[in-house]
Parts: sequence; C-alpha cells; structure tokens
Amino acid sequence: MSLTNFTIAEASAKLRAKEFSALELTEAYLKAIENARSLNAYIVTTPEKARDMAKVSDAKLAKGQGGALEGIPLGIKDLFATKGVHTQACSHILDGFKPGYESTVTQNLWDAGAVMLGKLNMDEFAMGSSNETSCYGPVSNPWRRKNSNTSLVPGGSSGGSASAVAAHLCAAATATDTGGSIRQPAAFTGTVGIKPTYGRVSRWGTVAFASSLDQAGPIARDVRDAAIMLKAMASVDPKDTTSINLPIPDYEAAIGKSIKGLRVGIPKEYRPSGLSSEINALWDKGAKWLKEQGAEIVEISLPHTKYALPAYYIVAPAEASSNLARYDGVRYGLRIAGDDLIDTYEKTRAAGFGREVQRRVLVGTYVLSAGYYDAYYVKAQKVRTLIKRDFDDAWNKVDVVLTPATPSPAFAPGEITDPVEMYLNDIFTVTVNMAGLPGIAVPAGLSESGLPLGLQLIGKPFDEETLFRTAYAIEQAAGRFTAPQWW
Amino acid sequence: MSVDDKTVRRVAKLARIKVEEKDVPRLAAELNVILAFVEQLNEVNVDGIAPLTSVVAAEMKKRKDVVTDGHYAKAIVANTQSEDQFFIVPRVVE
Repeated sequence: MSLTNFTIAEASAKLRAKEFSALELTEAYLKAIENARSLNAYIVTTPEKARDMAKVSDAKLAKGQGGALEGIPLGIKDLFATKGVHTQACSHILDGFKPGYESTVTQNLWDAGAVMLGKLNMDEFAMGSSNETSCYGPVSNPWRRKNSNTSLVPGGSSGGSASAVAAHLCAAATATDTGGSIRQPAAFTGTVGIKPTYGRVSRWGTVAFASSLDQAGPIARDVRDAAIMLKAMASVDPKDTTSINLPIPDYEAAIGKSIKGLRVGIPKEYRPSGLSSEINALWDKGAKWLKEQGAEIVEISLPHTKYALPAYYIVAPAEASSNLARYDGVRYGLRIAGDDLIDTYEKTRAAGFGREVQRRVLVGTYVLSAGYYDAYYVKAQKVRTLIKRDFDDAWNKVDVVLTPATPSPAFAPGEITDPVEMYLNDIFTVTVNMAGLPGIAVPAGLSESGLPLGLQLIGKPFDEETLFRTAYAIEQAAGRFTAPQWW
Repeated sequence: MSVDDKTVRRVAKLARIKVEEKDVPRLAAELNVILAFVEQLNEVNVDGIAPLTSVVAAEMKKRKDVVTDGHYAKAIVANTQSEDQFFIVPRVVE
C-alpha cells in the first residue's frame, strides 16, 4: 500500500508512531505527482522546499514535538501568496510574479507543521466552474464515466485542489469559494470541501476576486481531515479587517457526536422542476440517513433562492472589476508596451486577462458605471439582505439545512459553452456566499454513470461544528469514494 | 436595458481593456445574455430593504495609527523592472 493512501488523521498517527518519516511520506507524494502529470493538477511543484520542510518535521517528530499537521504534505491553490514561489492566480497578467510575503492561511499551515508540495491549477482569478479558464490549461478529473475514456472536468474554480486530493497527489489542499468554488469541485471529485463562515479564515495574502464573498477553506478526503485542516487554516487576523474575533473551536471534536434531535431543513425551493431524478433521489436518501440517525426532517422555505444567482452575477463581477483594476502592467507582472500609458494599460489587460475574466470585468464595469449603480449593484445588495433574511427565519425552525451540492455530476470539457449555463452550476451553492454562511459538500453516492455526487449542508454563522457533525453522519452512511487509478 | 456596440466600446475604455473592433458584436451579445439573466431581479420588491453591507454583525476593527511593518524596499520592488529600489514605469507626463 502506498503511503499516499493515508488520510491526514491516519498519516499523523503513523508519523508519531515512527512507522515512516515525513521525508518518506513527502517522497511518496512527489512520486505520485510525477506519475500524474496528465491530470495537470499541479502547475508548479516545489520538491526541494518540500524535502526541507519534511526534514524539519522529522526533527520535531523525533523529539515528540510538532504541530497538528506536522509532516503532512499539502497542495496550495495558486490564489494563495507563497513567499518566493509562483503565485499567479493562473493568469498571464501575473507572469513571473513571486510574492515577497506569505498569505495568512498558508503561514498558519506551515506553523502547524505542514509541508508544501506545490501550487495547484485553478480557473483564472477563481472565475469559472470547470477549471477551463486557467492559463495553464484544463485539469482532468480523476473520475471517468463507467466504460468511458472521456476526460471530465474536476469542477472549479478549485479544480486543481479537488483533482489532486481525489487522486491522492496531496493529503489535502487549500481552496477558495466565492460562489461554490470549493463545494462544486469537491462534489465532482468525491471529496469533502467546506466554505466556512465569511470572516472565519483570513483573506490576507489571498488574491482577491469578490471581496464580500471570497472565503478560503480546505478540500480533503474525508470529513475528519476537513475538520483538522479548517482548524489549522482559520485564525483571527489583525491584517484582515473582515476577520471575526471569535475563538476557533476544535472541529474534530464534533465528529462522531450524535445527531439525535437535530432539526434538518429541506428547502422546497431547491427542487426546481428541471432537477434530475438522480439528484432528487440522492437528496431524499441523505434526508433518510439523517432521520435514521435520530434527526428530525423539517420542510422549510427560502423564498428568495432563485434570485441568489442573478444577484451574484452583479455583485461578483462588480467587485472583481474593482479588485482587478490593480493589474495595470506598471509595477509587476505582464507589461505590453503601448503608444502611451493608457495604451499600455489597455494592451496589457487585453493580453493578460483571459476571455471569462475580461467578460466579468466588463460586466462589472458596466453595472458600476454612472447611472447604473443603483439599478444593479445596490439592488443586488438589497436582494442579498432578503436572501440572508430567509436563512435567519429558517434558523428559528432548523439547526442545519440539507440540499444537493450540484445539479449534475461532472461534465466533459467544452460541453458547456454558454456562460449562463455554466453559472447555473453554482445554483445550490451561491446562496451560502450571498448570506455569508458556512457550507460543506460531502460525497453521498455515485451517479448512474458512475460519477461522484455530493450533498451540501448549510449552517448558522460560525456553526461549522454542526456541519462537521452532520456531514460525518452522512459519510458514515454513504461510505467514501475513491477514483480507480487510470493515469 | 440592452447593450449596443457603442456601449461595449465605452465600457471597455472604462475597464482599460483593448477590444478589437471585430470582437465588439460578440461581446455585446455575451453581455446582453448576462444582463438579461440578471434582469430577473426586477421581480423582487426591495422597498424599504437596506443593502447588505456586512454578512455578519461586527464592529469595524480599529488599529493604532503607528508603523508596524516596513523596511524591506528590496522585497517591494522584487517583481518590478527596478533600479535602485525605484519603480521604473512607462512615461506618464509628455
């Protein structure tokens, strides 16, 4: 059995029992990455750095010391600034950029003893649901349809993270979620992904997409590993004014606790008429599992659900157009010289940003432009208040909400070309970002075509513990799903 | 509200993205699809509703107005075409 098959919890116990060293574990992952180049999950590997970090971990472990992730090899989404290491948000506009600083999230992980294997592929600036917008090309999902050799997308934007975790190319990965970018790829790859409450994880040093929605979280192989990862990633950070000053619970302690008496909401608006029978059946099965373990199933209404996605496609591009204004070719990254300064800006941004990013910057610029600000952005922010209010009302009746994670299993590259159809992938996840709530995607079964399908649990603000407890109950009933190796 | 070619050119100018003339009609069409999608919000009555400014109620953090960081000019200019710890930029003033 390869060392890469162990979860974080398993590997940690074995490292402490000296069954193998951190360096051996790291070497096993580096070899697995080399053998899986065809997945295109990693865009950069840092083998020397990984070995150095593993040796430091081994020295600590030998003395019986070390943090919660001591010697655990991780993959890092290209959105997180890593000091002296490639950080480009998978965009040409950041060509050659190596930050002189470390993001708070990655620093927290290194402080906990984790080992960096490299940087993971993603949709450019986290804009996409299929990892097809990356300037480094698409990522392959380790999962394929039954009796098929067709490559499938791993979802996005954290497609490299999800693919790497599912293919055992890292013990776990960092990811970010603005509209579903952790939960949708987790659902597509049979992995567990949690977007914590807005403000739980520092955004400092993470390339900004839509600042009022962006939140980092882990993608891991099981619910316990996701809990271990989130505890290490989360912090109260003076460098991020939106980081909330609340203590970080021991999420792992919530795992295995009874869900007896837990009130689980089933929102009727998440069952649109076109929803496939397969997804409907999965959702019913999830509710049944929770009921069998003592939970109470309550039908609820979240009436503004259908407006979350259109409101998102105003708020996110508006904030993106503002955040991405900094990429002007003057101080760092790509520069295409023009006739004058304006021409340099325009040529640089035209060459540096991909098609989807340009489209969103243009939409954002339009909705923020003179005369349209109230009609679009302010209106969308008001709709957000209504979406949040729906949930506030629901919390009077239920402790947690259960929904499907995605409307379909993974699809093939090029299969979805219409932008709005692509946006519909986030239909079940985007409400959570709009209301700032925590949401977790947990694998719940396989489709008729043999692909993983996920369920989503939505929690009260800062009640990630209930999500881990409930997700674990689903995982216990559903089992875990590992892609057969073909690469 | 519908976007025409002239609006695309204006928005592209505001966004500082050079758009080739041949791409203007395609972008207008794409923007119109997205804008038609978000038009659904017209159905929602938002009278008396305040815009969401913060997803969790929290007091804005304040910090002391003191220097807490700095003295690494070399790291700041490490990613630029720099000389002597200055940014070298295209000519701005003619």
